[in-house]
Order: sequence, then C-alpha cells, then structure tokens
Amino acid sequence: MSVKLVADGISKSFKSNKGNLKVLDSCNLALKRNEFVSIVGTSGCGKSTLLNIIAGLLAPSQGEILIDGQAIEGPGRDRGVVFQSYTLFPWLTVEKNILFALKSSKISNKEKSDLVKHYIKSVGLNGFEHSYPKELSGGMKQRVAIARALVYKPSVLLMDEPFGALDAQTRGMMQELLLNVWQEHKTTVLFITHDVDEAIFMSDRVLIMTARPGSIKAEIKIDLKRPRNYEMLTSPSFMQLKKEIIAAIRTETLKSLDINS
Amino acid sequence: MKKKSLFEIRTAIPRHIYLLSGISFIAFILLAWQIVSQLKLVNPLFLPSPIDVINEGLRQLREGILLTDSKASIYRILVGWLFATLLAVPIGILMGNFKFIEGLLEPFIDLVRYMPVVALIPLTILWAGIGDFQKFLILFIGTFFQEVLMIMDNVKNVPLDLIKLGRTLGLSRYAILKDIILPASLPAIWDSFRITIGWTWTYLVVAELVAANNGLGRRIMDAQRYLATDTIFFGILFIGFLGLVTDLLFKFAGNKFFHWNKS
Repeated sequence: MSVKLVADGISKSFKSNKGNLKVLDSCNLALKRNEFVSIVGTSGCGKSTLLNIIAGLLAPSQGEILIDGQAIEGPGRDRGVVFQSYTLFPWLTVEKNILFALKSSKISNKEKSDLVKHYIKSVGLNGFEHSYPKELSGGMKQRVAIARALVYKPSVLLMDEPFGALDAQTRGMMQELLLNVWQEHKTTVLFITHDVDEAIFMSDRVLIMTARPGSIKAEIKIDLKRPRNYEMLTSPSFMQLKKEIIAAIRTETLKSLDINS
Repeated sequence: MKKKSLFEIRTAIPRHIYLLSGISFIAFILLAWQIVSQLKLVNPLFLPSPIDVINEGLRQLREGILLTDSKASIYRILVGWLFATLLAVPIGILMGNFKFIEGLLEPFIDLVRYMPVVALIPLTILWAGIGDFQKFLILFIGTFFQEVLMIMDNVKNVPLDLIKLGRTLGLSRYAILKDIILPASLPAIWDSFRITIGWTWTYLVVAELVAANNGLGRRIMDAQRYLATDTIFFGILFIGFLGLVTDLLFKFAGNKFFHWNKS
C-alpha cells in the first residue's frame, strides 16, 4: 500500500514568559492509504499540537508534512478535521451545516444536495435535516461534524478527540458508527484520543507518544479482524494489547509527573 | 424534601410571581409618591404629585407638543445612533479580528471614550453650528466610542475552533469573516445595539441642552427656567418610557431573528 501522509521530523516550540517551551521533538510518522491510525499519550504531550500542524493550522518549528509526497503549505481541502468541541454553525440547519463544506466545490447544486443527503444517511441523521444544532445531542452534533468533514471527500480525516466530550454509552455507539462510515467511504484517518480502549477498537495501528516534548515512542499493530464489534472489547487478545499500551503510557506519565514535581 | 422558598440561590421562581413583583414595585413607588405629595410632606415645587404629572402629560398630548417633541427627538436619536452604528460595526469587526487595527485604534478610542461629552458641546457648536447636525454629532460621540469596543468584544467571542474549521475548509480570510465570524457574532452584536441605543437615549438631554427649539430634552431644560417641576418629571419619565419601548422592540426582534441562538 502506498504512503499517504508523512510527518517528517516535526518539532514545535512555543514562546512563553519562562522561555521556549518545546512541545514536539522530532516527531515522525507515516500513514498508509486508507489506514486508521490512533495516537495516544498523556495529556499535554502535544497530540493536539501535532494534529494542528498536520491540518496546516500551525506551522512547525522544524520538519515538514507530506501528503502524497507533496509538502503542505497550510490548511487544505485534502484534509478534513473534526474537533473535540462542537464546531457546528448554530445558525444553520443540519443540512446547511454539511452543505457549507461544499460551498466552493465545482459541482451542480443537484449533486451537492445528493451528496448531503447521502452523508446524512451515512451518519444516521435522517429526519433531522432541518434541525438546528441547539436541538441536537452532543453525539448527534459530532455526527454532523463527521458528515461535514467527509462530504467534500478529503483524502485524510484528522480527528482530535472527537468523542472526548460524550458519555460512555454514546461514545461506544459513535465508535461503531465511525468505523462503519470509514469502511463505507474508505479514507485515511488519524485519530487522537487518550482512551486506550477506543484507540485499540478503532485502529489498524496505535502510536504512543512520549511525555512532553512529544515524539512517537512506540507503535503497536492491532491485528483484530474487521468488522469489529463491541464483544471484542473483552476478548483476551484485546486485553493483551491494552496491557501493553497502558504499560507504555504509564512510563511516560510517570516521567511527566517527575518533571513537574 | 423541604418546601422551596423564593430565595433559593440561582433557582427559577414561578413566572407570575416574577412579573408581579416587578409591577408591584413600580406601583409601590407610585403609591409612596402619591402619599408623600398628598400629605404635603415635600413642597410641591420640588415634588409634584403623580396626578399633576399625568395631567401635564395629557396637556402636552392635547396641545400636540408631545408629538412634535417626540418626533424631533426620535429622529435625532435614530440618525445619531445609525451614524454611530454604521461606523462601529465595520470598525469593531476589523478591530476584533486584526490585532494591527486593534493596536492602531484602541488607544485613541479609549482616550476619547473618557472625555465628558457635555464638555464637547461648545466645540460641536463651533464645528457643526446650532442645527440638527450638532445634535447628531453629540449623540454620535456619546454612542460610537462605546459601541465600537463592544462590537470588537462580540467578535472576539466567536469560538476560535469555528475559524479554524473555516480554514480547514479552504475558505479565504474574507469568506471566513463574511460567512463565519459575522453570522456567529450577530446575536451578540444585536444585543450591543440594544444596549447602545439605550445610551443614545441617555445623551438626548445633553444633545438638546443648547440651541434646540424642540425635543423632549429641550422641554425639560426649558421647564427648569419656569420651575415647572411637573413638566420636568413628565419629561424624564417619558424619555425613560420610550427607552424601555426601544429596548423591548430590540429584544423582541432579536428573539425572532436569532431563534437558533436560544438554548
């Protein structure tokens, strides 16, 4: 399989009043086409910073991001982003929120509305086309955000703890829904989370980040068969993977606590 | 469980009690006022009775003074406020989005903002004469410098993630301003309109202080000369009443326009 997304030696420092704060230190990763990869790490390790750099919203201090071998120069429609906070436009209905992403697409209005309909169906929001965001639950809002991030067919989907604000039950449903949507539309996904179960359940590979300054410490291949279902969450092979990942994260968490104390 | 009292911290109370209490308070003030003047506790020259004030209002209405005054004043308020708003909206939006423009204009605006508007009357007469334009200018100065800072803050309150999202969708800066920041901040800007037009109302008397031959504020200033306290009382209360009506109109329209904003 060909390589879709490469982060090559990404470092990032922020100026603060205590001097330079190094958040990322030579971060390297590569995603194959249509691969689902998660990044897990302790809070404050720079996961979100890395995602923002890949999205083109932040410039790295060093290194570059390549998509299909081309260095990126900023945000672009080849990458869709779903944020943790609900980023729907409150003045637009569900339908119009998704349509918003197609504003600059050079297709006919008929094609646009067909696409919107299709994606509303994919994320299971039939009947809510004309609802405003204030009428939706948190899980439904994130489903609209996912539909909006996919409707213009970016080749990479970047997700920054998209289910972080949801309750455990909704979160489980959303994970299955996202996997279904991903299987249907096949795209490369980079998924950031601090939930180890979520990372294993969703991913082909889980990358573990070190404590700040963050870099990729280890990679764990998840060879659970697809399609996945919630019963796998309690299978012995799942438990074994979870054990490995938790042990790795724990070492990093302890390190970061030592630095701070 | 214990029965809830009306004084639970941050707890809703029945709507009719809420409304009734507000109305009763005003009724209480009116009643106290009537009693004080009926018992002649205060010289009527200083405190006319509510009845006198109402009669004064009816007289003005009969003689058509009230209508002429209101028309003149409302016209001045509208022009002064619109003038201030037409400038405050684009400048406030630019200041809220571009640090350079904020840095350029904020020190100047803060300086002017603290200058007493009354003290500017002589200058405005010198510059703008004694016609309506001078009144617009006073109302403009009283409104604009506050309004522009409020709109700047309204715009700054648009969540950064919405703007980031616009960038990931490949929108230009202009499109982000027009299609994301403007609609997202509009309910808050509308609320600033409501508050600032209230301030324009409070500057009305200042605007009509010098060289006006009609207007609600003018009427109050004239009455001072003849010790007509009933006219003064009526004028003040009537301006308050028109202010309240303006406020309600803005609230009502805002709820209609921005129905998607209420939670």
